[in-house]
Amino acid sequence: MELFNLAIRSIFIDNMVFAYFLGMCSFLAVSKKVSTALGLGAAVIFVLTITVPLNWLLNEFILKEGALSFLGASFATIDLTFLRFIMFIAIIAAMVQLVEMVVEKFAPALYGALGIFLPLIAVNCAILGGSLFMAQRDYTLAEATVYGFGSGTGFFLAIVALAAIREKLKYSNVPNGLKGLGITMLITGLMGIAFMSFMGIDL
Amino acid sequence: MSTDTAEKEIALKESEALLSKRRKKLMTDPLVDDNPITIQVLGICSALAVTTQMQPTLVMALSVIFVMVMANLSISLLRNKIPTRVRIIVQLAVVASLVTLVNEVLQAFAYDMYKELSVFVGLIITNCIVMGRLEAFALGNKPYDSILDGFGSALGYSWIILTVAFFRELWGSGSLFGIPIFDGISSLFGSDFQLATNGLMVSPVGAFIILGLLIWVQRTKTGYVEH
Repeated sequence: MELFNLAIRSIFIDNMVFAYFLGMCSFLAVSKKVSTALGLGAAVIFVLTITVPLNWLLNEFILKEGALSFLGASFATIDLTFLRFIMFIAIIAAMVQLVEMVVEKFAPALYGALGIFLPLIAVNCAILGGSLFMAQRDYTLAEATVYGFGSGTGFFLAIVALAAIREKLKYSNVPNGLKGLGITMLITGLMGIAFMSFMGIDL
Repeated sequence: MSTDTAEKEIALKESEALLSKRRKKLMTDPLVDDNPITIQVLGICSALAVTTQMQPTLVMALSVIFVMVMANLSISLLRNKIPTRVRIIVQLAVVASLVTLVNEVLQAFAYDMYKELSVFVGLIITNCIVMGRLEAFALGNKPYDSILDGFGSALGYSWIILTVAFFRELWGSGSLFGIPIFDGISSLFGSDFQLATNGLMVSPVGAFIILGLLIWVQRTKTGYVEH
């Protein structure tokens, strides 16, 4: 039940895009068509669900203060927390590369759909942000996995919804200066207000 | 030997002025005409979350300026040594090291600020402006030009987030840099008068709306239209 609550919380209440502004670059750049937005959203769910638990393992058994104590008593005082950024980003970049190769080999159709988005994801703030929040909030492994999946799903929902709105927006008469990024920011703001209503849910 | 020195002198004379027109352009272009946030749509990711108040925004802006200048410089110095195929990883490693440095300094000397910015300092690594400038400029240009370019882009980014933070803190909390402004104004008009703050500005939604309007104003001025 706790895990279910966490999933709901990470999808709706602590939505990556509307509450923390994470992944905004790709959120704005790849939301012109629903089909591409679906592809990127799916790729983000996929990568987040893999990298957050992996980084949890890395954090728990290597980086945390005293995490190296299984190597012997003299390692118990080592604190490698300062290496967090560089290790997390290395894991993410490596995993994205690996996932890309595996998908290309075993699921060419999926690769065709996700193809160009996978490399982009290595520098998506939502992915690194997911891992950093996980480390900051001291999740357990199960929680980390659920959190990764949940926040990925939150991003998926947000980008698909925005793409659907922007497809309709093509037919409306927007002032010149607001075209493109300007109106998209305002729409995102309005969508954010809608998502704020989820804050009332008592978990 | 004497010809050598003569040649050097000529080379010196021919070398560009420290702040020639072209170099000034490198710095001033990203401020308005080619602003990384409002025109190129980069780096919105990590920035907006810290803009509820001026102070953390200023720290964030300074961190980004430092990281961008140093990253551009390092990559530009290394540009002939980096194999093209692994350049992204090299860039990530350089940027991540610099961000770690900033994070450690903040943790040591400004712990409150470190707590307040939490993960967002770390997210400078994935800030698209940094990677974008490394890819587009530092990989193909000399160190000094790269420094100017990084500084210009970071300044263009900084003034936007500082403006957003100015309005969000003023309207959301009625203060600037933590100094209460609205209370001061209200007290001038007697005890019954109270300027109201808008809670929406403190929430993320405020940032989206302020930035959207800012982009509108800025693009109307420069005449830039997106198709």
